[in-house]
Amino acid sequence: MDVNTKKLKKNAFRVTKRRGYTASRIRIPGGRLDAKYLSMIQEIADTYGEGVVNITARQGFEVPGIRFEDMDKVNVLLQPIIEGLGINQPNPEGTGYLSSGTRNIAACVGNKVCPMANFDTTEFAKDIEKAVFPNDLHFKVALTGCPNDCQKVRMHDFGIMGMTLPQFHADRCISCGACEKVCRRKVVQAISMKNFRPVRDNETCLGCGECVIACPNFAWQRSEKKYFRLTIMGRTGKKNPRLGQDWIKWIDHDSIIKIIMNTYDYVEEYIDRSAPGGKEHIGYIIDRTGFKEFEKWALKDVTLPSIAEVRTPIYWSGVHYKKQFDY
Amino acid sequence: MAYSLDKIAVDELFSKWGEDYLIYGPTLIKNTGRLSDTDSVRYDEVKSIDDLELNLKSDYSFKDVILPISEVLFYYNEDGMMVPKQKHNGAIIFLRSCDLHALDRLDQMFMENGKPDFYYTRLRENLKFVLIPCSKSFENCFCVSMNSNVTKNYDLTIEEINGEYVFESKDEYFTKFFSGSKELDYTVPYVKENDIKVEHVEKINNLAITKSEMWREYDSRCIACGRCTLVCPTCTCWTMQDIHYGDNQKAGERRRVQASCMVDNFDRVAGGHVYREKNGDRMRYKALHKISDHRERYGVDMCIGCGRCDDICPEYISFSTILNKIAKESE
Ligand code: SF4
Ligand code: SF4
Repeated sequence: MDVNTKKLKKNAFRVTKRRGYTASRIRIPGGRLDAKYLSMIQEIADTYGEGVVNITARQGFEVPGIRFEDMDKVNVLLQPIIEGLGINQPNPEGTGYLSSGTRNIAACVGNKVCPMANFDTTEFAKDIEKAVFPNDLHFKVALTGCPNDCQKVRMHDFGIMGMTLPQFHADRCISCGACEKVCRRKVVQAISMKNFRPVRDNETCLGCGECVIACPNFAWQRSEKKYFRLTIMGRTGKKNPRLGQDWIKWIDHDSIIKIIMNTYDYVEEYIDRSAPGGKEHIGYIIDRTGFKEFEKWALKDVTLPSIAEVRTPIYWSGVHYKKQFDY
Repeated sequence: MAYSLDKIAVDELFSKWGEDYLIYGPTLIKNTGRLSDTDSVRYDEVKSIDDLELNLKSDYSFKDVILPISEVLFYYNEDGMMVPKQKHNGAIIFLRSCDLHALDRLDQMFMENGKPDFYYTRLRENLKFVLIPCSKSFENCFCVSMNSNVTKNYDLTIEEINGEYVFESKDEYFTKFFSGSKELDYTVPYVKENDIKVEHVEKINNLAITKSEMWREYDSRCIACGRCTLVCPTCTCWTMQDIHYGDNQKAGERRRVQASCMVDNFDRVAGGHVYREKNGDRMRYKALHKISDHRERYGVDMCIGCGRCDDICPEYISFSTILNKIAKESE
């Protein structure tokens, strides 16, 4: 059997444990899809796979047990799914996904369902997908509606957490203390009561919106604009897993997309082409070039909102497996 | 007499009325809901017919217009005190039939309960009321059961019919603006039936209800947030707050601020004692005040059946269900 594994991987198939068989990886940006696509995925699994579907850690589907020679036919069946989910596809129809390096953009359920979410995570995920696909560099991006971080975005290269900037309308406050209490008990105690009314410490505030939700009388209201916390360079892996650190607080939608796109240029410039599989987590590249070099590239032509707070430079620690064997 | 006007003519009316009055009405404000990307309907100043939300029930009621959530009663210093000017010298308020019945309750409490309240009375003067008739019931409404579905106490009505606005005027001030307008036959619609019906009992058995086990369910279900009383057009409890200004403790202000019998500290008294620790007991207090205490004093229930408390409760507690339980236990 002669199969180009580099080519099939790029086409979003996988070399699996079972020789001669592959798995098809289906992108679902934001983890939300019309239920009708499920039966199309089922058809692929029943016709060319073994009637089984895996739900991936990144909210995609993976259909295993497909014979290498059936990949073209699977790609034909994938076509309506690719189109329906709005995946970029400038190549001829029916040839499947154009790349797989930049992983599915994952998101928590977001404000379509969750009352706590500060934005529509699925829509933003789709915006990012539109901008980045079919880039093949190894990027992981995830979004979450609020700092609860149900999506665990701090484990990603780019973690996006929804924020709102609470607006206080003093003439609606009845001094019940609900906002102070919820922030103290559930969040970071950014609110203190003064002269019967809440005072919010902007530096401490997470922008989670709990006070807005708790206030019974609309004294706290959402800001018109939506803001985000951007955490960067979280990762798992066998070398040095680490938690993404806060970089920019109160950033906006467009700046985030611009920063991600700029980072592709940066990685193209500095990636170690000899790395295993030609792929490197961005964080290791930053370790090599220094944070300031990354920042210079990433913020090129980005106009941050005036209230944005940039933390620089960033230091990561994380788990150092190697250390444990050093002594 | 009823008149039909197009949108441009109505907007002209709004600007003319605006010369004499502040105009308040329910407005739909996009993306201002408590949860992200949700809307809310609240009372605010309206400048044109586009600002006015005629089709939805407002989340909060009109009451803030005459009973501000927070109102400075006076400023003081060592030489004396000063009463601030009132918020408006006259207003046109758009509201629904149940709200007009709520207004009666407010008048009873603030003007017929001993000496009239100075602050309420001065905002209450020179108000005009424009009825937004309901042709069908909203969710959670039980106005028919509370006899608040019909009203005659309006100065003007407004209804949108096929892109035109139909007005019926009973007030000289308004009528003069319609001379020359298209006249038509018109009957003001009203709600004849709600999905929710509330059982009425002649005599509530207060003792049995107070002792009833029914309230225990609400000890855990209710989170004592107070939303239900704040949206209620007839809940009027307030508290006093004295603010002494930072550098000069002899100067300051006294304000009265809406309060809620559902939230902590409402009934905390000297020595730290609290009458109703349990949320279910607060619910009982609120419910009996709404239908028993007020009725004993004024012959009508305080609750007017708008259902706003049910609309807003984050715990899906239904006040009409509670009223029906009280009726059952009073048998
Ligand atoms: S929750 Fe709202 S009403 Fe209560 S103290 Fe805070 S701002 Fe004031
Ligand atoms: S009944 Fe509902 S709205 Fe009222 S205090 Fe309890 S939880 Fe809040």
